[in-house]
Amino acid sequence: MRDRPIGDGMTRAAGELPLPRITPETGFFWTSGADGHLRVQRCPGTGRWIHPPRPDSGPKGEYTPVPTPVSGRGTVFSYTVNHQPFLPAIEPPYVVAIVELDEQEGLQLMTRLINCDPEDVRIGQRVRVVFERHGEVFLPLFEPDTDVNTGAAA
Amino acid sequence: MTKFEYDTAITGIGRSDIGRRLGRSGLDLTVQAARAAVSDAGLTMADIDGLVAWPGEYPAAPGFNGPSPWRVKSALDLELSWHLACQEGPSQFTPVMAAAMAVSTGMARHVLVYRTTEEATAQGTGKRVLTNGADQGGVTGFLQWHRPFGAVSAANWLALNYQRYLHETGSRREQVGWLAVNARRFAAGNPAAIYTAPLTIDDYLGARMITDPFCLYDCDVPADGSVALVVSAAETAGDAPQAVAIEAVGSAVSARTEWDQWRRPTQMAAQDAARHLWSRTDLKPSDVDTAQLYDGFTFLTLVWLEALGFCAEGEAPAFVEGGRNITLGGALPLNTSGGQLSAGRLHGWGHLYEACLQIRGEAGARQVDGAEVALAAAGGGPHGGCLLLTKPR
Repeated sequence: MRDRPIGDGMTRAAGELPLPRITPETGFFWTSGADGHLRVQRCPGTGRWIHPPRPDSGPKGEYTPVPTPVSGRGTVFSYTVNHQPFLPAIEPPYVVAIVELDEQEGLQLMTRLINCDPEDVRIGQRVRVVFERHGEVFLPLFEPDTDVNTGAAA
Repeated sequence: MTKFEYDTAITGIGRSDIGRRLGRSGLDLTVQAARAAVSDAGLTMADIDGLVAWPGEYPAAPGFNGPSPWRVKSALDLELSWHLACQEGPSQFTPVMAAAMAVSTGMARHVLVYRTTEEATAQGTGKRVLTNGADQGGVTGFLQWHRPFGAVSAANWLALNYQRYLHETGSRREQVGWLAVNARRFAAGNPAAIYTAPLTIDDYLGARMITDPFCLYDCDVPADGSVALVVSAAETAGDAPQAVAIEAVGSAVSARTEWDQWRRPTQMAAQDAARHLWSRTDLKPSDVDTAQLYDGFTFLTLVWLEALGFCAEGEAPAFVEGGRNITLGGALPLNTSGGQLSAGRLHGWGHLYEACLQIRGEAGARQVDGAEVALAAAGGGPHGGCLLLTKPR
């Protein structure tokens, strides 16, 4: 499974989900998966990763953050198994999680975990990005990272 | 310190019918609550020169918002020198704070403030939009980081904090469930409450999951209803039959305002607002006779209990377990109206109304004996605001 071409075979019809609008500020993030890489803003001066996107960085706002590829690997910081049919587009139960990316402590984002049994999800679990394509949007979802088997708690 | 709070008083309180699927318009409910509040203050509509709501009609979220101040002004034939509606701010209590600042600065003498919701009716007709407005053209703003992943409700967002809280503190759901049991017990003494049938901790533990670890009884009840207050210049309060003094407000925010960027599970605006409130008064948590703490979800009440200093960090679940500390005669009678868990989701305004009733000694079967200081707190995530209310100075 881990060698599956990212973005292939997981295409859903556009419009089923509430999808993000591609804007000048955030478009890079939502379309990044087209080449298989998740990108996050990085400050060219301090080297710090920044999310969600912002216009400038540095102590005096003197740098323009640059969308930069990340490893796509991270750890489950917290999660919830949603059972309520809030959205017709996603069949419950499904797992919403906050994933902390490996690049930096506190570099985190909300996402959905797939390719796993909701019963098995744990805080501290290792995960990796996998993209779900909706037209030009490549949603960064995460799945258990089978390359590691730490089972460690955060 | 300049304390605008001391320039003000809550001179009148009113509420509409409150219930499930009343099938009445938000404007209709608002007018009912407003007339009750103005009458309670011993005033007429001709005296009202300010009007504030939370959140107003924009961004459009039918069922959630209630009517705009413009529409309420027309319906009540008000002549205004100052008006406002605003969703972003220190919680659903933003209008009370804004009204107090308006009378303190002389912009108005008597400000009508209100919160109205038709969520139950909207839900019943399939028109409730989860407070988020339309997604046409794609999701923008903070919602873009959540909704595409199926995290569409505050229940989802806060369940993430709650799960992490349980993980870090070793607390258990069966401790927290006593908040729901306590709320239902108090609701039995509140004629305006929506759910009054007894609820046991076993009922709680047997309830279906909404978004783990929130079960059905961790979540408040969508309602139709309106609550209104009159915030007046303090020098006019002597004419009011029953005035309540505002001792201090808490409105600060330094925490991250993104729902997915917190690092500590209780790190929300509540922490900052609570710290701010205690910096504006000589009173202490131990002086509080009763607390009405936001319970859109049980977890938020834990957050407020700890933020306000009623419990040490991580100890709120043990404090509420068994219910003795939080009922009449306990250390801190809590959410004595039944809260939003049983009395209905009025976005903190049921709590505020109850805090005023307790100060006025009008809470009936659930009256806290000799209550002179009440705390009302509202909000979760980036919304956090609190009010310390007392007998007139």
